[in-house]
Amino acid sequence: MARIDLEGIAHSYLENPSTAHDYALKELNHTWDDGGAYALLGPSGCGKTTLLNIISGLITPTRGRVLFDGEDVTELATERRNIAQVFQFPVIYDTMTVFENLAFPLKNRGVGAGDIDTRVREIAAMLELEDALGRRARGLTADAKQKISLGRGLVRADVNAILFDEPLTVIDPHLKWQLRSQLKQLHRQFDFTMVYVTHDQTEALTFADKVVVMFEGEVVQIGTPEELFERPVHTFVGYFIGSPGMNVLPCQVKGNRAIIETHEVVLNRTYPDLGQARIEFGARPEFIAFCDDEFGHPVVVNRIEDVGRQKIARVALGAEELKIVLAEDADISDENARIVFDPDRVNIYADGYLVEGEPTSALGGA
Amino acid sequence: MEKPINQRAWLMVLPVLLLVAFSAIIPLMTVVNYSVQDIFGPNERYFVGTEWFQEVLHNHRIRAALWRQFLFSGLVLLIELPLGVLIALAMPKKGWTVSVCLVILALPLLIPWNVIGTIWIIFTRPDIGLMGHTLQELGLRFDHTASPLDAWITLMLMEVWHWTPLVALLAYAGLKAIPDAYYQAARIDGASRLAVFRYIQLPKMRGVLTIAILLRFMDSFLIYAEPFVLTGGGPGNSTTFLSIYLVKIAVGQFDLGPAAAFSIIYFLIILLFSWIFYQVLQNVGRGEQA
Repeated sequence: MARIDLEGIAHSYLENPSTAHDYALKELNHTWDDGGAYALLGPSGCGKTTLLNIISGLITPTRGRVLFDGEDVTELATERRNIAQVFQFPVIYDTMTVFENLAFPLKNRGVGAGDIDTRVREIAAMLELEDALGRRARGLTADAKQKISLGRGLVRADVNAILFDEPLTVIDPHLKWQLRSQLKQLHRQFDFTMVYVTHDQTEALTFADKVVVMFEGEVVQIGTPEELFERPVHTFVGYFIGSPGMNVLPCQVKGNRAIIETHEVVLNRTYPDLGQARIEFGARPEFIAFCDDEFGHPVVVNRIEDVGRQKIARVALGAEELKIVLAEDADISDENARIVFDPDRVNIYADGYLVEGEPTSALGGA
Repeated sequence: MEKPINQRAWLMVLPVLLLVAFSAIIPLMTVVNYSVQDIFGPNERYFVGTEWFQEVLHNHRIRAALWRQFLFSGLVLLIELPLGVLIALAMPKKGWTVSVCLVILALPLLIPWNVIGTIWIIFTRPDIGLMGHTLQELGLRFDHTASPLDAWITLMLMEVWHWTPLVALLAYAGLKAIPDAYYQAARIDGASRLAVFRYIQLPKMRGVLTIAILLRFMDSFLIYAEPFVLTGGGPGNSTTFLSIYLVKIAVGQFDLGPAAAFSIIYFLIILLFSWIFYQVLQNVGRGEQA
């Protein structure tokens, strides 16, 4: 177990990177706390895997340092970093049995046969692989193979961290859920430092204490699932986290009022003059409600989609389309309706980034 | 579930059957025809049953050639496979040097087989050949036309030079097909270089190595042009392989009956060994799927 510090890490796959565009991973400073469960979330190609491979040493970063418990390991080979990593596609050693597969990382490090046996059986029990221990790994199903890959990561008790690179991609949905909770349980039990790469927000939010959202080689926000949901610092985070994503509308802001086309929305915060920046208004579909009184903004209901536990209404506010999450039993029959925004949970963005306004008193606002 | 029976399916295999018939089965039948008859002329032929087969099986020259052939193919496999794999492992993985290596490796494969023999005749000549002259300067007596051992050494060198690239190219293709994740996982697991070879590279190369073994066995067992040009089967009979002896019987002595019987036995031996190799390689650890 260790604390991992990244100091000014940046990486480019080109030999002579010149512009910022050449970098797959732009400059990054971050500390992974000992025993923390982190998720690295972002779309494909945003640099998640690059970052993970830098921690495990499969890639040497173009710039910056990696520290384990304060010790510089940037130049240290993967084998010597004592890191476990699980890959997207199951990697198994075809010619070995399941037992030999699980024992392999221990055997390579010269652990005694007795200790290997105890440890392998322990891990196999946790992953429900006991029955398969004597079988050849080759003929197993994809999820059993991935369990073996996970097992090889978990089998060493003294690892500095366990890194997961989209490990559940090839797993059936119902088993995904099961494996994820097993992982969560293992984390509670052993207190490993875990970093989990995924592009699936559900996976990230259920697995991690802290979620690191990446976009185009940069970390845009690090926070708890609640923070990401309620105060996304970038419109990308608002759009990427949540289903459906945040409504983002172009607007103008004057003090504590946002003007969307001709509609004026009163906010709970006062904003400074934002100059020439591109101003956007962000409201989560969960924080918009239909209302009956005359203060609501008039909208045209285009469509209602029933997605099981809830309904999603698509409405037009002038020329802008908004999504609104409704309760399953909500009944919107009229085409013309009125909506209100929850003023506490509206965010204002300038050129994509969140602007922190000054909270205004309830009296002054209304 | 019961499978529906549809006799029209035979129509679908008919084109292939016709093709194989004309390319293999009918020519083979003419050989069978020769092997059971003694033919003197267009209208003068006698059925002799298995007489030619018995004669061939008891011919001590053919037996000697057969053992020689096994020794040759055995040495070929023992030398070329490990060497080819080693070359593949040592080859660069990316960059412009890859193309250079591939072209250099492929060169011997592009030369016509009888030219190969000629090249080596010149190469080993003590007066103008690089190898022959160098050995002479070093004070070593080397003459593949006089000493059976020297003839075998020359032949093996030529064969290894000619065909190891094929094994290397196949092995290289097999290595390139291994996903990076396997090497990364091995590094995470702390595997040694040897363990990576033993548990990742070798098992993943099984498919291509099976092809390499089959090709090299069949080709070396059928070898004709190169020793024919280089040694002509000599000195004595020391490099007379099955095919060289077969040609002597069929074309030299015009004994078509025994030659046909011999051909069929020759064919069956190759078929049998290819099948055995294939079965063994497929079952070393059961049912591989690339």
